[in-house]
Amino acid sequence: MISWIASNVWLIPAVPLAASLLILFVSGANRKAAASLAIIGQIVAFALSIAAFISTLQTPGVRTFLNFTWFTFGEQTLRIGFVLDPLAAAMLMMITLVSLCIFVFSIGYMWSDKNFTRFFAYLSFFSAAMLGVVIANSLLLLFVCWELVGLASYLLIGFWIERPRAAAAAKKAFITTRIGDLGFFLGILWLYGKSGTLLFYDGGKGCIENAALLSLGASATFIALLIFCGAVGKSGQFPLHVWLPDAMEGPTPVSALIHAATMVAAGVFLVARVYPLFSFGAVNGVTPSLTVVVSIGVITALMASLIALAQFDIKRILAYSTVSQLGLMMVSLGVGGVAAGIMHLIAHGFFKALLFLGAGSVIHGMHHEQDIRKMGGLRFVMPVTFITYAIGIMNLSGVPFFFSGGWTKEEILHATEHWHVSHLPHYLMLAGVVLTALYMTRQFIYIFLGNRHAASVQAHESPRVMTRPLIALAACSILLVAVLTPAWPWFRSYLNGERAQFDIALLLQPMIFISLALVAAGFVVGWFIYHKADETDPLARAQPALFRILENKFFLDELYDHTVIAIARIAARFADWMDRYIWDGFVRLGGGLGQLLGIFTKGFDENAINAGADELTNRTRGFGRVMSAQHSGQIQTYLGVIAIGMVALLLIYAWLT
Amino acid sequence: MAHLITILIVVPLLGALFVGSARANAARGIALFFNILTATIALVLWRHFDTAATGLQFVERSVWIPSIGAEYLVGIDGLSLLLILLTSLIFPFALFAQRMDRGFCAILLVMQSALYGTFTAQNFILWFLFYEMSLIPGFLLIKIWGGENRDRAATKFFLYTFLGSVAMLLSFLGIYFVRGTFDFAELASLGKTGLLHGNIAWFAFAGIFLGLAVKVPLFPFHTWLPDAYESAPTGAAMVLTGVLSKMGVYGFVRLLLPLFPAEIKILGPWLLGLAVCSIVFASLSAWAQSDLKRMVAYLSINHLGYCMLGLFAITATTALPAADMQAALSGVFMQIFNHGITAAALFYYVGLLEERRGLRGIDNFGGLMQRTPLLCGWMSVAMFSSLGLPGLNGFIGEFLIFKGSFAVAASFTAVAVLGLLFAAIVFMRMMQSLFSGPLAENCSEFPDLLRSEKLVIVPVTLLMFALGIAPQIVFNIFNTTVIHMARLFA
Repeated sequence: MISWIASNVWLIPAVPLAASLLILFVSGANRKAAASLAIIGQIVAFALSIAAFISTLQTPGVRTFLNFTWFTFGEQTLRIGFVLDPLAAAMLMMITLVSLCIFVFSIGYMWSDKNFTRFFAYLSFFSAAMLGVVIANSLLLLFVCWELVGLASYLLIGFWIERPRAAAAAKKAFITTRIGDLGFFLGILWLYGKSGTLLFYDGGKGCIENAALLSLGASATFIALLIFCGAVGKSGQFPLHVWLPDAMEGPTPVSALIHAATMVAAGVFLVARVYPLFSFGAVNGVTPSLTVVVSIGVITALMASLIALAQFDIKRILAYSTVSQLGLMMVSLGVGGVAAGIMHLIAHGFFKALLFLGAGSVIHGMHHEQDIRKMGGLRFVMPVTFITYAIGIMNLSGVPFFFSGGWTKEEILHATEHWHVSHLPHYLMLAGVVLTALYMTRQFIYIFLGNRHAASVQAHESPRVMTRPLIALAACSILLVAVLTPAWPWFRSYLNGERAQFDIALLLQPMIFISLALVAAGFVVGWFIYHKADETDPLARAQPALFRILENKFFLDELYDHTVIAIARIAARFADWMDRYIWDGFVRLGGGLGQLLGIFTKGFDENAINAGADELTNRTRGFGRVMSAQHSGQIQTYLGVIAIGMVALLLIYAWLT
Repeated sequence: MAHLITILIVVPLLGALFVGSARANAARGIALFFNILTATIALVLWRHFDTAATGLQFVERSVWIPSIGAEYLVGIDGLSLLLILLTSLIFPFALFAQRMDRGFCAILLVMQSALYGTFTAQNFILWFLFYEMSLIPGFLLIKIWGGENRDRAATKFFLYTFLGSVAMLLSFLGIYFVRGTFDFAELASLGKTGLLHGNIAWFAFAGIFLGLAVKVPLFPFHTWLPDAYESAPTGAAMVLTGVLSKMGVYGFVRLLLPLFPAEIKILGPWLLGLAVCSIVFASLSAWAQSDLKRMVAYLSINHLGYCMLGLFAITATTALPAADMQAALSGVFMQIFNHGITAAALFYYVGLLEERRGLRGIDNFGGLMQRTPLLCGWMSVAMFSSLGLPGLNGFIGEFLIFKGSFAVAASFTAVAVLGLLFAAIVFMRMMQSLFSGPLAENCSEFPDLLRSEKLVIVPVTLLMFALGIAPQIVFNIFNTTVIHMARLFA
């Protein structure tokens, strides 16, 4: 069984893919069949993931891969393959479990939607594509699945296609991520050209193994940065993060899937997967490409948490919190904390899915109201949602001890502290901790505390099919703590391919008190600012100009609209204009000259050649007429003329001789 | 097996005769019957084609007009076979696309015969005969059955292409006077050491280049194409983009590249520049269009630009590793085949929309997803295939072309990938305004896909998936040819 799964790991994405196709083409409009197929597919994938996970436990850092030929062109073969290692196995577990919860939740959330079955087909496809990214042992296969993830997100963000905003958001997501993918694509081409293979692991011959890295030399930096472009797009990093908040137009379970288990996780995962390209030639764990990763991560994390302070849409706040957490993960990867980054990614998967589904439950209970100012006092009507949401907030804010998000954030802060280039990211990330606690407190107060708003009177708790997944995710986010603490850092050791040591003395380190203090500060300050908040945000009252900048996301959308997009549009119109008037102009000029020549030759024909010919014939005829008059038929005249001629000839002859 | 190629060329002509004398409503059925015959012959050719052998197969050679070096010489290698299969696939597809009367069917069949001839002829005179023979049906189809502005568009199409052909003919006459042969294989072997010397080589090069660049078309000789495709009836547009546009690329591979290696190396960066301009400007222009047919037409130029990029990249530089050479060539051949299928399918879908709406402006539709989900869904597959989504057929060719060209012309390739972005923008825009939003009033009576339409669409779409996932079957056709040509160009 154990070795069987290692060589058949492809089944894990194949099962949800098959489920998706079955739903699309077989189950028809049967809702129960569709939901059952999707959920059974996910359960099977989860069971297989557990088997795969167990198979990696025997030997630390074990890595099994299976490569095969995709196609042969000329004399070259292009090989792809699947890999199972701790990184992949951990991701598989998280993706399948979180997806399963989201699928179950969707039954309740989407039940009355007329395209219910199609929704489940897309969800299954989304999960399959993401699972494919995780187990790909080839950068090309990863890219293939990566693009399919993009397609699935496009279909799901624009699921309510009759809404123009949803369609626009889907388009924006697809195009923005594709901009990053162009860089990624060039990186693949470069890497392929230099190393001759795109397999990650191939018994020492893979593109991220030592032999290939040595042959790359200095170009490794550029390749890494190009690949990072792809991650910037997918994982919503500055400056390509603008699609992610708009993606909130999709149904809430989709947001949960995009923000937790799939899509945005892909970018962070990609950097972790090809990490040797980034860290090649590192001195003290620092390379130019990693420094770029850190910088982008820091900018993203801080910018997003500031913007989150000034949003009123319950989902958009969460969206910006995702952007900021992804920035944090990138920082972690950049400073060398690969395991920490991945641990946070996985913990984040659970609690962010929890938060989004909680938000979905609130939206569902509030009859599709998303503005937090219209909520309030929901703690009484929606107790399960309230408690699970609170757990999610504790995780996100990084409260240590009982919440996995706290411990993983701790790991990241440790990693940033020891970075050799600068301590600035460390302090900025500490500031980020305060900001996170602050905006989550704000959201929490608006939604659950205070008095019930007029709109929230009608609110009701969601059905069990929706609350059970919340409880499951909340439980996961707490239970995960067992393997995350420094006392028994099993997860970190697992990812690093080591054996974990138990040492209770390591549990409490100075850092934990610092971050605890910062989180508490965030909560307390948040409470003081927001506990009496009404329709107008207190920050908006105190600092209207600043609030406006944050509310409008630093006007980045507007900036892009008026620069990049405007230029591209002008370029398109210019290209069209050139076609019509310059390139086609030459053609028409040629045609015109041809016509002119035609007119000229016609004129020449008529006035010169034709008229000349006419003249010639007329003259000939006239001459003939004149001559014919001489031919009178009288012999005397002829003989006379002949005689004169004879005399004339004789005279000439005599004169000449 | 003897004379199989000749039979392949003759069968559509016979079909044209039969169609011409048949009852009007039986015309399309007869044409389809003859297409079953041609498809069978093509499959028999494929079945008996030795994929491991280099050189021409099924060669038929007989004396024709020896005094001018004209010979009846036909034969196929992997590239020819690929194009025969493509032709046999696209024509029945086009026959299904619209109602057509006797004349239309007959002219299509004549064109089909001419295309088989073009892709199999191995002597310039014979090739040129077929090449021109395909042009006139194209002209007639646009001129007689075309839409608005058909006279202008047909004339432009004919004159522009014909001008190129004349230039090409003159060049070849020049070559013949110096070298005394029209045989492609002999000319190619002479090309290695320099076919012609001095200024005359440049004249000959320019003539052939112009003829083929117009045909492909390559920027900036492309302006006839949007007009022609826009005015052409759906069935004609499908064969124009699906097969006819491949004649130019085929000509580059067979004639220009092997005959003038030195000239191409000298002009290398300029030619690459033209290919990149084709890719980028055509996709930008597509963005600025509002007529669906023109959009698809411009994207056709964009996609053929990738072929030209690959071909120029491998010939414009020296000492290219065999791996990259083979990648680019395989990519070009793959792209030829896949673009044929995908672009024809796109025109087919535009035809369906136009049939239902009577108009084909991008703003004449809206919210179709609510009314015709099947049409939207299947059409999206063709769109995603065209924008190069992995898993569908468009991706593999483009990936290999870029892989090959990146190795020698990294900066050109880096600019060219912008075409991928702009193509995506065009399709996103198309999907947004056609499928999404509230249902437009004048689309509210649209029927979804009819059974007869599904019968056409499903196999074509399955083919897109099959080629995207398991392309080996197509690579097998031309792998040996690729190796052989890569050595020729090296």
